[in-house]
Amino acid sequence: MEELYSLELIKNGKRIDGRKFDEFRKIEIEKNIVQKAEGSALVRLGKTEVIAGVKLGIGEPFPDTPKDGILMVHAEFSPLASPEFESGPPGEDAVELSRVVDRGIRESKCIELDKLCIIPKEKVWIISIDICIINHQGNLLDASALASLIALLNTKIPKLKNDEIIRGEFESKLPVVFKPINVAVGKIGNTLLIDPNLEEEKILESKLSVALREDNKICAMQKQGIKGIEFKNIEKMIDLAIEKSKEIRKLVK
Amino acid sequence: MIKKGIKLIKNGKRIDGRLAKQLRDMEMKIDVISTADGSAKVKFGNTIAIASVRGPRALFPRHLQESQTGILRCKYAMAPFSVDERKSPAPNRRSIEISKVTRLALGPTTFLEDFPKTVIDVFIEIIQADGSTRVAGINASSIALTSAGVPMRDLVSACSVGKINGTLVVDLNGEEDNNSEADVAFAILPSKDEVTLLQMDGLLTKDELIELLNLAKDSCKKICELQKGVLREKYKSE
Amino acid sequence: MQRKVVLPGEQIEERKGRKLGSNVYPENDNVFSKVLGITKVNENEISVIPLAGVYLPRIGDGVIGKILEVEISGWSVDINSPYIAFLHLAEAVDEFVDTSRTDLSRYFNIGDVIFCKISKVTTNKVVQVSMVDRNAKKLYKGNMIKITPSKVPRIIGKDGSMINLIKNKTGCEIIVGQNGVVWLKDGNKTKAIEAILAIEKKSHIIGLTEKIEKMLGE
Repeated sequence: MEELYSLELIKNGKRIDGRKFDEFRKIEIEKNIVQKAEGSALVRLGKTEVIAGVKLGIGEPFPDTPKDGILMVHAEFSPLASPEFESGPPGEDAVELSRVVDRGIRESKCIELDKLCIIPKEKVWIISIDICIINHQGNLLDASALASLIALLNTKIPKLKNDEIIRGEFESKLPVVFKPINVAVGKIGNTLLIDPNLEEEKILESKLSVALREDNKICAMQKQGIKGIEFKNIEKMIDLAIEKSKEIRKLVK
Repeated sequence: MIKKGIKLIKNGKRIDGRLAKQLRDMEMKIDVISTADGSAKVKFGNTIAIASVRGPRALFPRHLQESQTGILRCKYAMAPFSVDERKSPAPNRRSIEISKVTRLALGPTTFLEDFPKTVIDVFIEIIQADGSTRVAGINASSIALTSAGVPMRDLVSACSVGKINGTLVVDLNGEEDNNSEADVAFAILPSKDEVTLLQMDGLLTKDELIELLNLAKDSCKKICELQKGVLREKYKSE
Repeated sequence: MQRKVVLPGEQIEERKGRKLGSNVYPENDNVFSKVLGITKVNENEISVIPLAGVYLPRIGDGVIGKILEVEISGWSVDINSPYIAFLHLAEAVDEFVDTSRTDLSRYFNIGDVIFCKISKVTTNKVVQVSMVDRNAKKLYKGNMIKITPSKVPRIIGKDGSMINLIKNKTGCEIIVGQNGVVWLKDGNKTKAIEAILAIEKKSHIIGLTEKIEKMLGE
């Protein structure tokens, strides 16, 4: 009955792992852990562990943006990471996560996609962010968004020879000009909390994920969870996300 | 993605002649599918959404059943001819996500616990897409669920709001949606002030966002009146 | 007693200590409707009669069911509900049956139609029906139509007045299940069905009995 125990604790103003309601678990970041990738990062949020890898390839631009590079985000929930994950094509949770991470990065305009043109209308850089969940102990979204951002900040653009990529040799850094941070604010009754662990996620009534830039502009939001959120509480949740995003951004280099 | 040089607002009017805070002409109709337990069609300008509700009904295979509660399933799909370039009818990442958020938008209002072991299926088909399709689908689903007799806490009303050419607007059409600086999809239980869908992308200050949310809330109240009207119309002589 | 059409989420009245009937929910001191329906409010209870929706079994209801499956110790029965009912051998056959040797289809086979009584409904909606009731029986060679279950009381009418009227005027044998299934045999079935569907559709009209009488008299 651990789920009920964690709920009882929350009603008494405590969390199962002793954290404050606005406290993240210990965050550990490792950069460039995959040499084959043009950029990579591992993020641990407590026991939650996520790896994001960035691969650069060359492809045709979209007709409406002939000089812009292309961004793609994909997430894989492998059974390796959780007994709740099953093999097969990405389910709705994996699809949702990758799309929310994608919107946070894309809408923040943190990557200068217009600088990623090789030949207009013909060849541009394609940035593929792949998120690989290693261990699911809650709050995959914040961990995945953070790992993706750090991987992007450490991504190098390979050298080209006759428009072919020379792997392992690099030309320049990927132009990343903002640092969007995702903060999911959970809600149980009137309690707001940050960085829910797995037990807490199971009892959360709702969650609002907010992606924020360093100028405090909101670039993406997604309401999740089985219950609605009282209209008057939305602003409180956004305020908390703004505050916590600043704290997380200090860890990002 | 903002295309440069596109002017979406001229002399205070939008490309379809509306004012910033004006909803498109809306049409709502119930009982559009005779084989469904409840159904509805909602038009927001050129956007046409049809929703069909089946259930509560027995759920098979049995291992999917929940012994304490019923479950809600939603499927959002766009007809291949609903957009300029033919769209494959297979589910894509976008429709998978929208199906999920639609379920979460409708779930908080339904008394699923009254129907253990059963399923309520909501099927949404976008016949024509001109922006705000997911919210049109949610509005149609809400009426369809009510007319199917599914017990609910409240209706669900939904609309989109956004920022185009620096102006905050309500109910984005397709052209506005494609060229917006930000857009928000919003659903609320109107008499409970409880938000069940909130998705945003683009760039907004917090103040702009709060203003948009208030705008969305007010617009949903108007939409709710239309929903109630069409439901009452059916039973006006009762 | 006042009646009005309400929608889900609409406030009916203050509770004032009254009992909550079906299809309503309380919030603070107020009572709200869960469904599209008609309010039924008196000094003791607040409830709403739904205008649509599926049949949910209640103990004591007489229902018309169809045998879905012949099993080892009884039958599963479709009762026009999200829940399939079970008819246990002991509740159906008044003699000793050695289940290890007997194929129960000799009593009721797949597709057979029965009028039976809901005898048990658990909180998790395990439903049992029984033939141990003086009205329970197997129904032979009739036709069935389905109507909205919440409209059944109107088809029956006060003390059976409406259904008796239809029976007398058409010469049909008619059985109405609380689950919205109506079984008809012999007589002018076409006319009887016409009348039943008219009542279902226009059940709210004042002076309905006279209208139906006139319709059947034509």
